[in-house]
Amino acid sequence: MLRTSTRAEVAAVSTPRTPWLVRVRHVSPFVLATAALVAAVLIGVTQGTTAIPLWTTVAMLLDRLPFVALPVDAPESWSRILFDVRLPRVAAAGLVGAALSYSGTAYQGVFRNPLADPFLLGVASGAGLGASIAIVSPLPIDSYGFAWVPLFAFGGACLAVTLVYALSRTGNLADNATLLLAGIALSAVASAITSFLLLTGGPNTYPIFSFLFGGFNTASWPRLLVALPYIAAGAVAVLVQARALNVLQLDEEQAAHLGVDVRRTRLLVLAGASVIAAAAVAVAGIIGFVGLIVPHAVRMLVGNDYRRLLPLTAILGATFVILVDLAARRVLAPQEVPVGIVTQILGAPFFLYLLRRGRSAGSL
Amino acid sequence: MTELAPPLLEVHDLLVEMAGRVLLHDVSLSLHAGELVGVIGPNGAGKTTLMRAITGRVTHSGTISLDGAPLEAMRGRERARSIAVVEQLPEAPPTMHVSELAMLGRFPHLGLLGRETSRDVAITRDAMTRAGCLDLAERLIGTLSGGERRRAFIARALAQEPRLLLLDEPTAALDASAQGEVFEVIRTLADDGAGVLVVVHDLSLAAAWCDRLLLLHEGGVVASGAPREVITAEHLALVYGPFVSLLSHPDTGKPLVVPSGLDARVRVDAHP
Repeated sequence: MLRTSTRAEVAAVSTPRTPWLVRVRHVSPFVLATAALVAAVLIGVTQGTTAIPLWTTVAMLLDRLPFVALPVDAPESWSRILFDVRLPRVAAAGLVGAALSYSGTAYQGVFRNPLADPFLLGVASGAGLGASIAIVSPLPIDSYGFAWVPLFAFGGACLAVTLVYALSRTGNLADNATLLLAGIALSAVASAITSFLLLTGGPNTYPIFSFLFGGFNTASWPRLLVALPYIAAGAVAVLVQARALNVLQLDEEQAAHLGVDVRRTRLLVLAGASVIAAAAVAVAGIIGFVGLIVPHAVRMLVGNDYRRLLPLTAILGATFVILVDLAARRVLAPQEVPVGIVTQILGAPFFLYLLRRGRSAGSL
Repeated sequence: MTELAPPLLEVHDLLVEMAGRVLLHDVSLSLHAGELVGVIGPNGAGKTTLMRAITGRVTHSGTISLDGAPLEAMRGRERARSIAVVEQLPEAPPTMHVSELAMLGRFPHLGLLGRETSRDVAITRDAMTRAGCLDLAERLIGTLSGGERRRAFIARALAQEPRLLLLDEPTAALDASAQGEVFEVIRTLADDGAGVLVVVHDLSLAAAWCDRLLLLHEGGVVASGAPREVITAEHLALVYGPFVSLLSHPDTGKPLVVPSGLDARVRVDAHP
């Protein structure tokens, strides 16, 4: 009995797994992730106070595609609910989830710190403060003037990441704790100023509330379309550096010896990740820990190759936030829980778990 | 190796100053393809600084050229295609596979968005074979022993297909058998035609494996040449002081440097 099981173990150990070098072009995780995303979108658009059957929903969606015409038997109000309420909301959740996860992955790569995340680094609070300043300032907010908010959010995000970087630089860059403490301190300051603006800003401060709590209840197509180019540009800037990020997993000296321009890579990735995080905050406010949870899970699934990691975290980040938003809508229905609160309740214990594990592994 | 061939690496009148201190002065060195040259000297002699100067990590005056072309003119990736470096204590995430680490050596050969081709895979596998770590390909860095770890980083360096390989104390903190295994790998690389410059702390180890040695002391060259010409009683006394003795290996006749304790000093003092 014992002999048999021992032999089975030896056989299992000595049977070589597909070597990594052969698995380089393996694509199935992308297929699986995309399937998960499609499923999440479909669940997201069918759930709501008005019951619209799944197949009617699918038919209505397909009917909107070019060159597709389906006979859809649905009242006009269903169409408005689907296309003006549910779809922008699901799209906003997906875009923000993808953006936060992607920028979290990028920050983790550039800081060589598995706990870096737009929320913990203070980038989200900085962007929130920037957006709040734009909201209380005399700058026009409505219509075309809306573009000021993401711009100020980006300014706040960049200022925050620069400060955090400079503060953590006084110690050793590899010192994970210093980076996080700098982020927390900065977050506290930014949140305090945001609260001050909220109290003194007069009648038009309601949008600041939605920034603080983070959520998609105000999602609309124009708001998404304003953020999209920022996110796309930032994503490209980071993706171009994916191979350099792979090399930066080694120490800085080795990266330089391998021909990586460390300063340039760092600058491009930090700027790209900050643009993305700021745009996400401009759409949905401060939603914490998404950039920590999703990249961590994806790393466990596919390893640390940033060329695969970055796109996959985007797809699965979108899936994750769509599902969390669904939960936020449905758990206390008809009352909604802001998504930011849900992710913080989920994320904080996860963060503590990573922190404990990192300490026992000696990486903190 | 013919004496007529131009040297692969030529360092001439190197001077490195940092914060007003002279770290290296008047250092000249030439290294041919196929040669294994050891840089020896006590702590603070400038061994690592010499490595850093050659890799362009510290500013210096004097000339450093590779195949007759000045190294200053080469930028990051171009330099990385010719020179590979294994630092003293290189870092890699403990969850990275050895094969992934080795594949990172292909970075300077690929475009920014380039994908590894089957040729890159073949070169990486060859690098792992030569570094003696192909059987470790699927192991995680965090699970390796000191010697295995060192060979994994050598594989990463070899995947760069360098003409010149620089190693900074590749045997530090290794036991005697792992030291021998690492040097066997390095020796074979040189015999196969690479130029190898290696910083070594252990003088006997350096004498046993290197073709030539460069002895540094307080930033200057004390001696350079064959191990038996460099490791002499006078040089040892000058650089390392009284607590070491020079023996000759009973089989190979190569220099052996052993600690001598207080007795030796008493003997030297008694019979000047």
